[in-house]
Amino acid sequence: MTEITLLLVEDKPSDVRLVMEAFKETGIHANMSVVGNGEDAINFLLKKGQYSDAPRPDLILLDLKLPKKNGHEVIKKVRETDDISLIPIIVLSNSDAEPDIQKAYKYQANCYITKPFKMSEFVETVKLIEKFWLNRVKLPKNK
Amino acid sequence: MNDVKKILLVEDREADARLVIEAFKGVCSKCEFEVIQDGESAINALSQKELKGKTSLPDLIILDIKLPKRNGREVLKEIKSSVTLGAIPVIMLTNSDAREDILDSYEHMANTYITKPLAMADLIETAKFIKDTWLKK
Repeated sequence: MTEITLLLVEDKPSDVRLVMEAFKETGIHANMSVVGNGEDAINFLLKKGQYSDAPRPDLILLDLKLPKKNGHEVIKKVRETDDISLIPIIVLSNSDAEPDIQKAYKYQANCYITKPFKMSEFVETVKLIEKFWLNRVKLPKNK
Repeated sequence: MNDVKKILLVEDREADARLVIEAFKGVCSKCEFEVIQDGESAINALSQKELKGKTSLPDLIILDIKLPKRNGREVLKEIKSSVTLGAIPVIMLTNSDAREDILDSYEHMANTYITKPLAMADLIETAKFIKDTWLKK
């Protein structure tokens, strides 16, 4: 099975833990990198500075409310940059505000998922995301 | 809310179209399908809807690639080059697992890419995920 590399952009350690837990439960093997702010996300994807050896992710899980640069700015930057423009971006956000959703789609996020409040539901949601995006979908993996 | 979810299915094979509609029936009672069987008609229909206004637009487009007249990749390009139509989620649902089709689709901002055939149980599961992800409102 081809290995999948994921980038999780999330500033809340508790939510990072829940995503990791969901991964363990699905048993889907994936390499996950985590960054905690939008600026680091962009530097990671552009392999800048401390991220010069960063792997190119096959999929990005992206929170919106992030320090330094927010999730919308990250989506915009990814879509504007040739090398990385087609990496699927899954927004996973606390916000269910219509303007946030519309803006994410306007900037060409692949999908927008609102984080459930309940921990168990959060884990279930992430498991479903993984099953769909890592098992069902054809990703634009390069080489 | 209780409104209808409009899905435009661009698929030339009747049997495949029936399967998709069947799969969605079980998971989405509010989903209504319009089926168009070639790429050119799909582009024309969407242009007409764009002129009529936002309420005429589908909430989701499911798009095959191998289509008569104009193929799905061309249809996708037209959709995503329009500011209004471009915000509609487009699910590529196709027999093709050719790298160029996959890459080209993502390059032109397809929201996701799924290959057929799918067993009915998998299709239903996929329909549920699609509905929960892109048809929530």
